[in-house]
Amino acid sequence: MKNSLLIVGFFIAGILGGYYSLLPSIILETDISLYVLYALMFFVGIAIGANRKTWSVIRKARIRIFLVPLTVVLGTFAGVVITSFFINSISVRESLAVGAGFGYYSLSSVLIGQLRCEALGVIALVSNITREIITLLVTPFLAQYFGKLAPIASGGATSMDVTLPVITRYVGSEYAIIAVFSGIVLTILVPFLVTFILTV
Amino acid sequence: MVTVISIMTAGIVIGLFVRNMNGFLKIMDRLIILAIFLLLFFLGVAVGVNEMIIQNLGSYGLIALLLTLGGVAGSVVLALLVYRGFFKRER
Repeated sequence: MKNSLLIVGFFIAGILGGYYSLLPSIILETDISLYVLYALMFFVGIAIGANRKTWSVIRKARIRIFLVPLTVVLGTFAGVVITSFFINSISVRESLAVGAGFGYYSLSSVLIGQLRCEALGVIALVSNITREIITLLVTPFLAQYFGKLAPIASGGATSMDVTLPVITRYVGSEYAIIAVFSGIVLTILVPFLVTFILTV
Repeated sequence: MVTVISIMTAGIVIGLFVRNMNGFLKIMDRLIILAIFLLLFFLGVAVGVNEMIIQNLGSYGLIALLLTLGGVAGSVVLALLVYRGFFKRER
């Protein structure tokens, strides 16, 4: 939670700095952010590879549990594609890229901002923060009317950390491990899917 | 963009080899959050100097909200079907 406020804080500080021209123009004229992105992807890769917990959770998983992150991916994609038909100013591909953040707003927004355009990066940031907030708010309702997987699906990549406590409370601890698993798999998938969608 | 995936895959492979080094993961987490702070700051700067984006922030917010509602609704409905089909009866 402290980090999410900081993240939004840095973003807003950047907007103000840019808007009031408070910064040396070198930031905009060089490719520095592209190299920071490369460094970030390298660190993310190392963190995935070096995390024993991640691999042991995935290795111990039974086949059925893989249905959960798959459900989140397919359901989200179907939902954003249908939504994009009602919005003139955004393409199906762009909508899919935003949806493929699955709530992992920090990584997906900088990736999309860099690979596509800043405007879509902003949309991805707001959309994926909103996904986290909505999940925190409606988990009790979802658990009651849409089954125990629904809050996990709504949480997307956040179901392994930020939204895990509230999800566990309403779906029970036997589903908490599914929430962690689904969140881990989606967190790993985000950079791959976003890049893939914007490239292909 | 192929570069991004190649760099990350290289990172994963290196990560598999350094997993026994204590405290490595913590350092990575620090570096990741630092890089994300920097990049979101840069994204902010790029947005701030772009008059068109600033003027459209409201409509971008609306698009973002609609996409979120669509994505959440889609995944929740599919989750209900999967729950009923594969999970519920075992209890």
